[in-house]
Amino acid sequence: MDAHRQAYKEEAYELLAELETSLLELEEAPDDFDLINRVFRAMHTIKGSGAMFGFDDIAAFTHEVETVFDLVRNGGMAVTTELVNLTLSSRDLIKGLLDASDGGEPVAATDLAEVVARLKRLVPAPKIGSPLPAGPAAEPAAVADAGKVVPVTYRLRFVPVPEVTVNGTNPLLLLGELRELGKCRIVAQMANVLLLDALNPECCYIFWDVILTTDRGIDAIKDVFIFIEDDCELKIDVIDDGGALDTDADYKKLGIILTERGDLSLAEMDEILSRQKRFGELLVENNVVPPEKVESALVEQQHVKEVRKERQAQENASSIRVPADKLDLLVNLVGELVTVQARLSQTAAGKADPVLVTIAEEVERLTNELRDTALNIRMLPIGTTFSKFKRLVRDLSAELGKDIELTTAGAETELDKTVIEKLNDPLVHLIRNSLDHGIEAPEARLAAGKPRQGTVHLAAVHSGDSVLITITDDGAGLDKEAIRAKGIERGIIPANAELSDKEIFGLIFAPGFSTAKTVTSVSGRGVGMDVVKKAIEALRGTIDLASERGKGTVITIKLPLTLAIIESLLVKIGVDSFVIPLSIVEECVELTRDDLKNAHGRNLANVRDQIVPYVPLRERFRIAGETPEIEQIVITRVHDSRIGFVVDHVVGEHQTVIKSLGKMYKDVNGLSGATILGDGSVALILDIPRLVRDVELEQLTN
Amino acid sequence: MAKTIMTVDDSASVRQMVSFTLKQNGYEVVEANDGKDALAKLAGTKVDMVITDLNMPNLDGIGLIKGVRANPSYRFTPIIMLTTESQESRKQEGKAAGATGWIVKPFKPEQLVAVVKKVLG
Repeated sequence: MDAHRQAYKEEAYELLAELETSLLELEEAPDDFDLINRVFRAMHTIKGSGAMFGFDDIAAFTHEVETVFDLVRNGGMAVTTELVNLTLSSRDLIKGLLDASDGGEPVAATDLAEVVARLKRLVPAPKIGSPLPAGPAAEPAAVADAGKVVPVTYRLRFVPVPEVTVNGTNPLLLLGELRELGKCRIVAQMANVLLLDALNPECCYIFWDVILTTDRGIDAIKDVFIFIEDDCELKIDVIDDGGALDTDADYKKLGIILTERGDLSLAEMDEILSRQKRFGELLVENNVVPPEKVESALVEQQHVKEVRKERQAQENASSIRVPADKLDLLVNLVGELVTVQARLSQTAAGKADPVLVTIAEEVERLTNELRDTALNIRMLPIGTTFSKFKRLVRDLSAELGKDIELTTAGAETELDKTVIEKLNDPLVHLIRNSLDHGIEAPEARLAAGKPRQGTVHLAAVHSGDSVLITITDDGAGLDKEAIRAKGIERGIIPANAELSDKEIFGLIFAPGFSTAKTVTSVSGRGVGMDVVKKAIEALRGTIDLASERGKGTVITIKLPLTLAIIESLLVKIGVDSFVIPLSIVEECVELTRDDLKNAHGRNLANVRDQIVPYVPLRERFRIAGETPEIEQIVITRVHDSRIGFVVDHVVGEHQTVIKSLGKMYKDVNGLSGATILGDGSVALILDIPRLVRDVELEQLTN
Repeated sequence: MAKTIMTVDDSASVRQMVSFTLKQNGYEVVEANDGKDALAKLAGTKVDMVITDLNMPNLDGIGLIKGVRANPSYRFTPIIMLTTESQESRKQEGKAAGATGWIVKPFKPEQLVAVVKKVLG
């Protein structure tokens, strides 16, 4: 903008010089119309551009002088010596204002007012000096839109004059603009289209019926047609004001709509109604109303029905605010109830009392419903977080000198409140990474044949019992070779390692790993992808990364729906119970003493001709006692690798209410929490990803 | 392919601002400093839209609009006029000559872009 301001100033000084010469010449030849025009134009440009570049004082003052000269131009007054004198003083004052903006002596407001007053005294009869038009005339609706507005449904009939196109107006673009205002349906009407020999191919004979639901107000609609308001017939009716609904959610009957639109008279309607058959068909059959008009009215009927249905759903979903801790308490209590219910069912099963069994089943059903409802209460749409990221991207791209747009999808996807909260930091980090390392500077993008503006797409979607969150950017993608080199340099992988793309990208999640050549203020804050990964794993989620050089990067985060209760597999080792989250369990297979013998001390099992490594948990947790004749391997899938865990036996599926471990146990590796079983005993929840990582690390170091 | 817009104004700073705003939004820009210059340049270049000031030396905006419309290849090309004051009569004159629409000065870059999108798509 400063460069523009500078350009304006230079131009204004030139114009002032020209103004001076013209005025002096004008004094000699007061009737020279060309000279008057030159004076007028010079002031006109000083004023017009002045307002545009922020020189409001100059614009306002010059406007007054220009108004007087406009009168001269139109023959309303003569050029006199006094006028020339005053205009010359005005010119000096404008120069003073220009100088002042560069740090020169400020111009006294009284001097300006004085000249204006004297100019006005020169003007003959009626008043002059209408104030400078306040702001631009275009887009008045945008201002009025503050505050929350209910969407209103309008019916528009837009009939352009056939010659509308000859001025370069494209009615289709205007319809496109309407579409951007809200939920919109457009029906083209051909009734006015002429036969081929009478038709002027340069004209537009079609007109349109539009049903539009928008919260932008009627002025926004009128604005669309602002350039052709004289060249079209535009009828706008409110057909649904977005207010309270009648008990009858049915929208108007077809006949009423057509009569309201003026396409059908009441008498005609009564006539037709007296017969039987579908009303619309009758109208068409009897040539009362052409089919497109009936169709258009039907579209309106359907549109309003839908809008009302949506609104009713929203109204029904009215909400109350509840402090989060009350909800937490509720979920906790439900958790306890689930536990007690499990005990009740277990006891009832043991007692073989039919009455007790019935009661236990009833309680189980209710508890399950209660559990689902209670957990649902804590679910929030992820959209609130999304909007925060818009701001982040906006600020950050400005800071980085990049042009980046954030698009989002699936804002309505619901996630547990705590998950959303804990997800915030990892997402911020990932988006920052995309902006800083992923998306190139505008020049680099243009050079690579991409649009100047980069895009980061943040999407959330439900997938079974999990939520998938993806962050996709169209940036430079990851440099596999650089990552590989860095991995070797840091000793994470051996120099000759042959790695798949996935494994190479996986290196990014290693602690302290960074490929950034320069540390910027945005990245390099000491937080690496390892921290992101840990945070996601703490939510019992997984994170994956895919990238194509030059095309961009996709990061996928998979999260469980809730943290409070999980479906799990209950297993036993000796007298101790453990639970494994069911979502990562693939299958259970037997492990016999013979199998162990054949494996020659290596912890590998052959599962349908596939070798699966396993971890004997009894050994790992140093649980005393004998292993049974036949053990069980619970095979899990973590990060696309299959790994088994050997337990004494598998009890079965179990609803696990997660209790966090006390402070004493928070550093215990391989356990993520505890749960209480039906008989009142405690089972520990295995942190499978952590166990897998520990085992892998041990193998690398051995 | 990027669309080309011609900006016609005797004020270099306005031309610069219009041109800068349009280029930022991915349009190609041809500049002309009055109506006469504009008509000469139109003969040599393919232009998808014209944005013109009204008050200009040699040939003013109204004259330019008439001139553009007289050229068969530019009969349906959108023409936007920049008017400073809301002079209704001048606006009507411009429309009668074949202008597609108008922008009232002073305007903000966003408004310019909105109008360009409105008539150029």
